Amino acid sequence: MGKQDRDFKAVGTRPLRPDGVEKVTGRAKFGADLSAPGMLVGRFLRSPHAHARIRSIDTSKAAALPGVKAVVTGDSFDITKVSSGNHDTLANVMARDKALYEGHAVAAIAAISVSIARKALKLIEVDYEVLPHVTDVDEAMAADAPLLHENMFTANLTPKPTKPSNIANFYEFGHGDIEAGFAKADVIIERSFKTAATHQGYIEPHACLANMTQDGQGELWCCTQGHFMVRNVCADLMGMEISKLRVTASEIGGGFGGKTTVFIDPVALMLSKLAGKPVKIVMSREEVFKASGPTSSTSMRIKIGATNDGRLTACEGEFNYQGGAYADSPVQFGAMSAFACYDLEHVKTVGYDVAANRPKNVAYRAPGAPMAAFAVESVMAEMADRLGLDQLEFRLKNAATEGTRSSYGPTYNSVGLTETIKAAQSHDHYSAPLGANQGRGIASGFWFNFGGQTAVSLNVQEDGTVNVTVGTPDIGGSRASMGLMVAEELGIEYDNIRCIIADTSSLGYNDVTDGSRTTFSSGLALINAAKDAKAKMCARAARIWDIPAEAVEWKDGCVQPAGANAGEFEPMSFAEIAANADNTGGPIAGHHEINASGAGVSFGTHMVDVEVDPDTGYVKILRYTVVQDAGKAVHPAYVEGQYQGGAVQGIGWALNEEYIYGEDGRLQNAGFLDYRMPVASDLPMIDTVIVEVPNPGHPYGVRGVGETSIVPPMAAIANAVSQAAGVRMTELPMSPPRVLKAMDDAKGG
Amino acid sequence: MVKVMLWGSLAALAEGKPELEIEAKNIKQLLQRLAEDHPGLKPVLEKGVSVSIDGMMYNDAWFEEISSENEICILPRIEGG
Amino acid sequence: MTQTHVSTTINGDKVEYLCETDETLLDVLRDTLSLTGSKEGCGSGDCGACSVMLDGRLVCACLVLGVEAQDRKIETIEGMASGDELHPLQQKFLEHAALQCGICTPGFLVAAKALLDENPDPTETEVRYWLAGNLCRCTGYDKIIRAVMDAATEMRGQA
Ligand code: FES
Ligand code: FES
Repeated sequence: MGKQDRDFKAVGTRPLRPDGVEKVTGRAKFGADLSAPGMLVGRFLRSPHAHARIRSIDTSKAAALPGVKAVVTGDSFDITKVSSGNHDTLANVMARDKALYEGHAVAAIAAISVSIARKALKLIEVDYEVLPHVTDVDEAMAADAPLLHENMFTANLTPKPTKPSNIANFYEFGHGDIEAGFAKADVIIERSFKTAATHQGYIEPHACLANMTQDGQGELWCCTQGHFMVRNVCADLMGMEISKLRVTASEIGGGFGGKTTVFIDPVALMLSKLAGKPVKIVMSREEVFKASGPTSSTSMRIKIGATNDGRLTACEGEFNYQGGAYADSPVQFGAMSAFACYDLEHVKTVGYDVAANRPKNVAYRAPGAPMAAFAVESVMAEMADRLGLDQLEFRLKNAATEGTRSSYGPTYNSVGLTETIKAAQSHDHYSAPLGANQGRGIASGFWFNFGGQTAVSLNVQEDGTVNVTVGTPDIGGSRASMGLMVAEELGIEYDNIRCIIADTSSLGYNDVTDGSRTTFSSGLALINAAKDAKAKMCARAARIWDIPAEAVEWKDGCVQPAGANAGEFEPMSFAEIAANADNTGGPIAGHHEINASGAGVSFGTHMVDVEVDPDTGYVKILRYTVVQDAGKAVHPAYVEGQYQGGAVQGIGWALNEEYIYGEDGRLQNAGFLDYRMPVASDLPMIDTVIVEVPNPGHPYGVRGVGETSIVPPMAAIANAVSQAAGVRMTELPMSPPRVLKAMDDAKGG
Repeated sequence: MVKVMLWGSLAALAEGKPELEIEAKNIKQLLQRLAEDHPGLKPVLEKGVSVSIDGMMYNDAWFEEISSENEICILPRIEGG
Repeated sequence: MTQTHVSTTINGDKVEYLCETDETLLDVLRDTLSLTGSKEGCGSGDCGACSVMLDGRLVCACLVLGVEAQDRKIETIEGMASGDELHPLQQKFLEHAALQCGICTPGFLVAAKALLDENPDPTETEVRYWLAGNLCRCTGYDKIIRAVMDAATEMRGQA
């Protein structure tokens, strides 16, 4: 699908990943797998209250317990030395004057054994003044809602508010004249939607091993999407120089955005510093649910106008996202991406970022976009039905293409939405028959993708093999993609390239691995590092032949004279030049440091068939197809894996997953039994179609692929369930009781 | 002179103008002059923004050159998951 | 706390250790014996990352006490490959790209091997239900199921 002039040799093949054997034999070291001699265990005391003032904390009895080596509270960190951008992070890592959600850390202990640590936690006395709390986004926005922060005045609102509220930020996007657009519409549909908060659900809990020595230097081993970020934030919180803290990223057992900040690492470092010994902290699953960073619950309103022949005239959306205790919701991305699939003359979205007594929000795959897409694509489906148009035709008619001004501002260059819709149209899934109580849903989705700071190095060894060093943790097979791109550029065998993830002292700064950044940015940097190495090898060959460097060229992994005038020499292979490195000037290496830009936006279109059990409201996924533009799939198997994984996370979000709070503001389902993620028996195979519309901003055309796949599923499934159940579903998750109630209400009404 | 588009609620902080004309050769000058000419924008610009040039997204890229030929948008800082 | 002495067999080797009576077998394997191939995803029997075989039965090591291993036979992921040869399941997981992050992989492999030992020719549905106790958040299960089916085919061919 799609076209690209270039013929690839390595890129686009499916070799085995270089770190695979370690992982199938249990030898790969993840966050919790490392130990150090004399290591202590660290454990947290957490607030049982959703909202409480901390009057005092008495840790004296705990500190006196034999075997306890260090105690940390909020006061252990000197906030006056911490940069203002990290104040919320510090307050979240260890509560200061208030506990803002159930599970908020208030103290931590390092002890010689788990049982002593547990005993010590019970000896800590915290005097709480319990305050009224709020967990629902609409309630948190009400004028009389309990206030989380006395100093929170909505930013970017004109005129400036005079009273504090739980609304931290206001955003508005769009262009045109929305009223004029609706005036031209023959049909207008307006609906409200709600979605529950969900968790990234990575299987590996946060874990780290900290080792601070008495001279003020430190080492940290942890599972993270960005060890350079961990280093910089921890150094700031600890009041250390950045170069004195070395962070090594362990293998990482999933992240999906959830491991792009710190929770336990600064505390482990502080405990280690106070105890003078290594300290290991591993979160329990309950702690992960209560005290890491889930994504927003939302409340949204969408209004769409269209002409009878199916042209959109105006689109409007209001997005209220609950962003946790410090209002970190991704509502701006929700509001920006909501209508990004369509070519619109008149569009307006507004977003409110709202604080509530829930864990501090962290990114979750395509942050903010899936909820907005759920609302928008639900109304799009309803509109197509109302107008009597085919779902895909209707989308195609309005699809954004090259030259479309996007709903968030910029004009698109090359984009692949149309291609994904056409591929869906011609897929046999789209025309397959449906049975009783079954429905088919369609939805499209969008994600920005971005590049960021990246540093890599590439070392050519004397036997002609290559070691590649990157600073972006491999979260889903990216080492293999790196190897393929280097093989492509150097023209050598993939098997002769080994890629490792370096610690923070070995490379320049690397931004965090967000699912969609790594293959793009580290790949881009590696291609340039390979070019750097190639230039050096050309120069070496030229000197061996005693001809000018300009007179040689690189071809198929060899250096050869450029043209007849350059002289008569047999091409010199990569391995030959490498073997002579010592005599020709010493080691050969390539380096590259960039702030990568040029990441291409990406679109996908999903199709799903469901069956709704009319007696129980249970939804069964019968068939699922993901069509998505990858620009160029470097390792197609891992691209498919990203599509499938995103779709299934979306299925969980659509049907089951939700943070359930009681009246007391406490989370009622902080475990995998009650926070029900999809399991193998819930699912069919997930079909994938990789569309390739090259990204002009990358030498191989690569686009990020990790995030877009979670954007369309909830909408696609809601459209399928609505068709099968005969009633429009407007709230997630569509769990059996909710579907049953919707069907009953529809019958009754 | 380059033309720069601001997202809706940012425009409100720049006296309501969704499009501004600024004398700038690169992103550094652009952000600097924006903050000078429109002090209301300063806190947002300091927190960090992304700049889109002809549909390509840039974070922290002072020396990226711009001209009157380019379509330039200031956007909330793009992050991922 | 006083510790209890336990003698057991792990991956065919006689092993002795001391453990507290409330310590799980998973903690003993990981922390005392440094067999960190079994992972803890939940500690409550819900994710299967800690799957091991206990006297030929598939169990969650996080739900077994260390002291219960006395005189029993335990098999873990560390015992799955023989010498420098991978088990066909391990090989097929690699070939099918059935792992992304890989944290769930040891648990899936141990559970899948238990299935194929019992039922060498499972249907897709049987594989899906057998592995329903193992959570994977990265792959959507598609490639895992394919890898297990493919390994079953190959192993039947060998038999
Ligand atoms: S850790 Fe044992 S089942 Fe999850
Ligand atoms: S591969 Fe990451 S959880 Fe399965």
